[in-house]
Amino acid sequence: MIWQDYLQIFIFLAALIALTKPLGLLIYRIIEHKSGSGIFNKIENGIYRIIGVKSDTTMDWKTYLYSLLIFNALGFGFVFLIQLLQAYLPFNPQHLPNVEPILAFNTAVSFMTNTNWQSYAGETTLSYFVQMIGLTVQNFVSAATGIAVFLAISRGIRNRMNKDLGNFWVDLTRTTIFILLPLSIIVALVLISQGVVQNLNGYTELNTLEGAKQIIPTGPAASQIAIKQLGTNGGGFFNTNSAFPFENPTPFSNFLQMLALILIPSALTYTYGKIVGSTKQGWLLFSVMLTLFVVGLTVSLYSEYSMNHSIGIAGNMEGKETRFGITNSVIWSTATTDASNGSVNAMHESLMPLSGMVAVLNIMLGEIVFGGVGSGLYGMLIFVLLTVFIAGLMIGRTPEYLGKKIQAKEVQMAILAVIAPSFVILVFTALAVMIPQGLSSMQEPGAHGFMEILYAFTSAAGNNGSAFAGLNANTPFYNMMLGIGMLIGRFAIIIPVMIIAGSLSVKNITPVSAGTFSTDNALFGFLLTAIILIVGALTFLPALSLGPIVEHLLN
Amino acid sequence: MKTTITALKAFILLTIICGVIYPLTITGIAQITFPSKANGSMIYQNNQIIGSELIGQQFSKPEFFWGRPSSINNNPNSSGASNLGPTGKAFKAQFNARVDTIRKYHGKIEVNTIPKDLLFASGSGVDPEISPEAAFFQVERIAKARKYTTDQMNKLKDIVKSSIEAPDFQVFGEERVNVLLLNLRLKGL
Repeated sequence: MIWQDYLQIFIFLAALIALTKPLGLLIYRIIEHKSGSGIFNKIENGIYRIIGVKSDTTMDWKTYLYSLLIFNALGFGFVFLIQLLQAYLPFNPQHLPNVEPILAFNTAVSFMTNTNWQSYAGETTLSYFVQMIGLTVQNFVSAATGIAVFLAISRGIRNRMNKDLGNFWVDLTRTTIFILLPLSIIVALVLISQGVVQNLNGYTELNTLEGAKQIIPTGPAASQIAIKQLGTNGGGFFNTNSAFPFENPTPFSNFLQMLALILIPSALTYTYGKIVGSTKQGWLLFSVMLTLFVVGLTVSLYSEYSMNHSIGIAGNMEGKETRFGITNSVIWSTATTDASNGSVNAMHESLMPLSGMVAVLNIMLGEIVFGGVGSGLYGMLIFVLLTVFIAGLMIGRTPEYLGKKIQAKEVQMAILAVIAPSFVILVFTALAVMIPQGLSSMQEPGAHGFMEILYAFTSAAGNNGSAFAGLNANTPFYNMMLGIGMLIGRFAIIIPVMIIAGSLSVKNITPVSAGTFSTDNALFGFLLTAIILIVGALTFLPALSLGPIVEHLLN
Repeated sequence: MKTTITALKAFILLTIICGVIYPLTITGIAQITFPSKANGSMIYQNNQIIGSELIGQQFSKPEFFWGRPSSINNNPNSSGASNLGPTGKAFKAQFNARVDTIRKYHGKIEVNTIPKDLLFASGSGVDPEISPEAAFFQVERIAKARKYTTDQMNKLKDIVKSSIEAPDFQVFGEERVNVLLLNLRLKGL
């Protein structure tokens, strides 16, 4: 590494830290603003009139959750159906045929759950109609769903003996129309200025300088890429995602996309602090996330630049693009797995063993190191509750978080939210390595092949979407199992979190006293980090030692 | 039931805004402000598209600059990479084959003296660029294949030098050379 590499890392982190407060504050103001008479209010009230919602009605946790689930189910059904019928629908200049049902199921689940796992290759499978009206929309609303759940639990923590968690339709509208959409427009336009394509043309066929035939795909990419990054979705317009030059043409577009993929999860830590009335609480969560991010980044950089003994060359450029180089590829691989984004600008399967391990471990920790928009923070709050509970046991006091007593129900639900994705990762992987339908999709033998399968189920359970892409995942077995894994990884966390939100909301707030266990100092930050790492390590070390650890030791 | 109807209305409305108005408006703005870039940065010669600046082409003849090794022979529909583990046997075999190809035209040189990006396949399979070192490395081979005089070869070196693109804002990314544009400049020599 040379000084330019360190400078780029520094600029990235500095930009992230600098933007967290202003964006977090902006989100807070948009979400919590009272009705007024400005132009935004007119737009907003127009929307509520059309969909028939009174913006001042509030919901308890059951109504909020029910609305959210119904809305998500509709989204799933729509994306599923238009794939089955795409040949009869417009905006299909390549005349792509209808998608097979199991693949369509996988893709619909994938985009509804904010995973954006892609069993299909965008340019050869999906029409512009499906990409725009199906997938782009889910990119927005799945992100908004995550933010809504985050808002609900934050309000539950803030409330004092009160059932009101807000209104799902209001949160959905404000998040989509006033946060995600304006940011997407800005990012999309900058990306186009860098060379990202945005058109409705058919593909170009041409003869190369050496006389070979080349077919160049194109399409309305920039508008989808902007939201795929901002909404921690990650589903590429083209098969190789942000490694593909039309999707990410320059180092500057790359910088912007890297920043966009982690920006909102980071800003929400500040928003959280504002909602619960103590920005210190938000900064504490931010610091823990940033620490884990930097540790992961350091290990990955070390690993990618170190000697590959099997070929005798240090510095691994396999699966990486010239314009990004190793450093920008590694910042991305760390950020995209931390942030539950899952877009890639270099192939994760061709990462060195330890950086591949960091990528999969980032997801295994529960997608809480920044994590998905909204989902990262509510996932982190689960670990906060566990930490408070364990600390309470150690000092022999009733555990409290921000004045709320943490009791059996909250802890049970928190444990469920931690176990559910771990169950998918370990049990589904174990199943896949025992049966031929699982094993036949492996591209590589041995430890690396095991890692392909482990990574796939981890990605599904963490709603990440990145892959060790050598695995042939477009088979009925994987499409089905990964689809189920994504559903569990999404809703077996959302439902417990909403139950916790409802339960905390109606509790009284105990006043702060000399005996209150403080949750905004370095000691708590250390405890929280330790709990996250211990839970992650205890659960996944055996699996990792069969994969990347063996690979690393053998090299 | 009331919730379902609300959900349906909200879904339709958001689909129209995010799935129709948003992408079509962006398309419209893109076509007005950056028509060439929004349509794929295509290179025209005599009104015919001969390639895209951003999509690498396959070059295997010794008289052209070669790009990064590609697992899909630079056919971008659909794009792909080797997806091999860099410490595995399958990767080593591919790596050795790439070394052999270079050695066939450049003589029995040490692996360490070959610019790295010519030995590692790109992520997209259509990486349009190589490092300046990789470009300079190929000058002699091209000059020999095209039977250039020393004078012409020096001119070629100057062309490479003037084709180097600096990191964006002198900070972001790497120095690089666009292979297709470079090969197009060979014609004038």
